[in-house]
Order: sequence, then structure tokens, then C-alpha cells
Amino acid sequence: MSNVISVRGLKKSYGSTQAVAGIDLTIAQGEIFALLGPNGAGKTTTVEILEGFRMRDAGDVSVLGTDPAIRGEAARVWRNRIGIVLQSTSDAGDLSVQETIAHFAKYYANPRDVDEVLAAVGLAEKSKALIRTLSGGQRRRLDVALGIIGSPELLFLDEPTTGFDPKARREFWALVEDLRKTGTTILLTTHYLDEAEALADRVGVISQGQIIEISTPALLGGRATSLATVSWKGANGLESERTDNPTALIGKLSTDFPGEIPELTVKRASLEDIYLEMIGGEDE
Amino acid sequence: MSENKVPSALTIGIARGGLELKQFMRQRESVVFTLAFPIMLLGIFGSVFTNELTDGVTFSQYFVAGMIASGLVNTGFQQLAIMIPVERDFGTLKRLRGTPMPASSYFIGKVIVVFVTMLIQVFLLLIAGILFFGVNLPTDPAKWFTFAWLILLGSAASTALGIAFSVIPKSGRGASAVVSPVVIVLQFFSGVFFVFTDLPGWMQQVAAIFPLKWMTQGMRSVFLPDSFAAREVAGDWETGRTFIIILAWLIAGLFISIRTFKWDDQR
Repeated sequence: MSNVISVRGLKKSYGSTQAVAGIDLTIAQGEIFALLGPNGAGKTTTVEILEGFRMRDAGDVSVLGTDPAIRGEAARVWRNRIGIVLQSTSDAGDLSVQETIAHFAKYYANPRDVDEVLAAVGLAEKSKALIRTLSGGQRRRLDVALGIIGSPELLFLDEPTTGFDPKARREFWALVEDLRKTGTTILLTTHYLDEAEALADRVGVISQGQIIEISTPALLGGRATSLATVSWKGANGLESERTDNPTALIGKLSTDFPGEIPELTVKRASLEDIYLEMIGGEDE
Repeated sequence: MSENKVPSALTIGIARGGLELKQFMRQRESVVFTLAFPIMLLGIFGSVFTNELTDGVTFSQYFVAGMIASGLVNTGFQQLAIMIPVERDFGTLKRLRGTPMPASSYFIGKVIVVFVTMLIQVFLLLIAGILFFGVNLPTDPAKWFTFAWLILLGSAASTALGIAFSVIPKSGRGASAVVSPVVIVLQFFSGVFFVFTDLPGWMQQVAAIFPLKWMTQGMRSVFLPDSFAAREVAGDWETGRTFIIILAWLIAGLFISIRTFKWDDQR
């Protein structure tokens, strides 16, 4: 499988602050990769360098075989193959959903069908509505529609579900799953660990300008082999025990108690627990 | 799959112009502020100051010429210097920059909006001037020629300077508070609201640096009788100098725009 994104030794400073301190990263074709990290860890800077919005100080970067620092006509040919969904844009409220998507379609060599994109993002019924009448979630869907109208091979999704209610978030995840089926490579940044877990094939955790680990959501930070916490209601109230062998512990408890073990739970570390441990409580 | 070529900058630019005009017409504030407000001002000033300046030239006619010149500044400089910071603030510019749309298409779109709104405004002001304030259309083809290059060159300079000035407002919300006073002060200094030669000398000298003074003088040369030229500062219309000074501002505006234009607020 070929790499859509490949980064070696990426560095970027603002004045005396080193925002990105030597990052290596490869993302394969068709992969959904989530970049996690607290605010100020260098996440946005890294992504914006990959998107061609910022210049790097050092390192090799290739996105779809092209250096994102290119400009001019070659940059247009490159941008024709990528889609970018930025954080919150709030413009053009006086245009309808359909007008806006149809207009952006004119920027690309091989745009998708406007009605098909409207249906894909679940805005078919809102196509005639003016943008300023849309809810936050609907606006975000429009952002995604504008990101995918050019049939991109690579899609950047920057915190796509911030401000969504749980139902809208689930619906959005289904949309991303549909994009995965079309073979689109996706680089996702998010603050929601459940989102990364639901969508990403691999996650990378970035802290203080460096990648501290890249793994699958299930294996990150030794999560699969981490201790489980078994808790139950004993004679002295709620008791709990951390163990690497919860099955044996429950076997023992089931002989201690005559019937059901009261209030029995077995809890493994969530991705969020692991993540917070990794970044040392930097996130708020 | 991707044998098709990316659409040309001109094709996209024309599409942007159409889209921006559609947005313009749907925003009641912009239609009122940019198009109707100058007509209202014309109605007020033209009705209050009806005194005769000299042999058959009324202040109303003098004022109409000044307002047409101001129309070039309103639709170009003022409109863009306010609109672009708003688009920068809203993230519109950053989003566009992430697409294959080239910067030139963005500016082609802006030029189309400015040009169309400018033509509408000049047309409305002329109609009002003819109907209510005794303005006569010139009969001399040479004056029509002057009128044509004045609106083309003046509008181009105004557009370029609007783009150049768009880096100054710190935010979209504050843009009109930064831009509008500049325009209004220039209008006072440049002989739009008062007869230029009645202004204090220092004010005339300051105004002579900026293009609006030359645009208003140029418009007077089109719409007032040639005998009035004697009442100008130099006792002459100074058409050649007018052309050179507006052209110089156009070149300066283009140069500054290219050097300083910002897509977003980041470092």
C-alpha cells in the first residue's frame, strides 16, 4: 500500500517557541488516522503544514506525492485532489445550501454530483434553505459537503463534531464511515477520544511538539494488557481490586457470595484514561 | 480519473463575481448602505444648498459631480476594505485558499462586484441629478471620453486601494469603523460637500495628495460648463494631471495589495 502522507523530521518554531519538534508520520491510502493532543501540543501546526497553509522550518513532507509548500499552478493541481474541512466557518449566510455547493463544484476538475453530495451529508431536504437558517450541526455537514465536493483522495477533518449533540455525532460518524467505503484517506483531529476510537484505524498522540505514540485505538498505551478494575459491594461497602486476571478474581468472588455478586463491574482503562495518562494531565 | 484539467482562473473568477453579486443583492444592509445612501445624501444636500455658484451653475450640480466621484470610492475602496476583513474573520478566505481556486479568481470576482455596483450607483446618481437637480448630460464626445476613463481608472484605483487597505482593520466587526471615517473625511476635504475653493488652503493641499479630489474635479469637468473651469484652483480642469495622479494611485494600490494581502490572521 502506498503512503498518502509521509513526514520525516518535521520542525516548526514561532519565535523561540518550538511548536513542532521533529515529527515522523506516515498515513496509508484508505486509512483513517486520528491525531490527538492537548491544545498547544503542535497538532494544528502539523496539520496546517500538511494542508499547505503554513511553511515548515525543517523536515521532509510529502502529501499525495507533492510537497505542500508548492505554490502557483502546481498547487492548484494538488489542491484539486484534497479536501479540507476547517474549524468553524460562518460565511455566506445569504446563499442557499445548494448554491454554495454547486459554486464550489466549479473549482474542481472532477466534482461529484451536487445532489449526490447533498444526500451523502444528509442535507437533501435543506438544499434550498439559506445557510444562515441552518443549525450548527447542519452547518458542519455543509462544511463537509464543501470538503468532499471535489472528490478528494485525501480529506482533512479538523475537530468535525465540536458542539454536536450525541445524536448528531453518531450521524456524523456514519457519514465518515461512508467516506471510508469510497477509499478516501482521512486525517482527523479531535478532542473526543470516543470519536477517535469509533472512527480511526490508527491514532497518534502528540505532546509538546512530538509524537509520543502511534498505535491502534485498542492497543494505545498498552491498553489491551492494562490492569482491569473489578468492583463489587462487599460487607464493608464498595470494594475494588486492580488485577491482570479479572476472570480468576470473579471466580473467587462467585464462591464467596451465595448468588449474584452485588453491583459487580469490570472496567478496563478507556482510551481517554490511557490518553490522559500519556499526556500527563495537560489537557483541561 | 483526473484527466480533466482544473478550471481556468478566469472561469472561476467569473463564477465568483456572479455569486458575490447574488450575495450583495440579498443583503439588504449592503444594498441600502452602498446604493441608496448616496442617493439620500444627494437628495438632502441638493435640496438644502440650492444657491447659484456662478453663471447658471448651482451648488446642486456641483454636488452631483462630487457624489458621482464619491460613488467610485464607495463601491470600490469602502466596500472592499470592509468586506475583505469580514471574509477574513469569518474564515471564508482560508476556506477558499484550501481549494484549487487561485487568488486571481478571488480578485476577478471582487472587480466584477465593484464594477457592477459602481455602474448601478453612477447610473442612479445621474438619473437623480438629471431629474431633480438640473444636471445636463454632456454633448461633447470628448467629455464622454473623459467620463469613461474617469470611471474605469477611478474605479480600478479605488478597488486596488480597497484591497490594499483591507489589511489594516484588525477584525471584521471593526472594519467599517476604521474605513468609513477615512472616506467621510476625504469627502469633506475633497470638495464633495463644500465648494473646494472655499476650503482652507491647508485642507486643499492635503486633499490634493489623495485621488478623490482629482476624481471630483474630473467629474466637474464632465458635468459643468467649461466656463466654470476658471473657478477651479488652477483656473483650469487639469485633466492631464488628474489622469496621472489617479494612475499613480492605481499602481501604488496594486503594488501594496500584492505585497501585503493576507488570507488569514496567523503568523
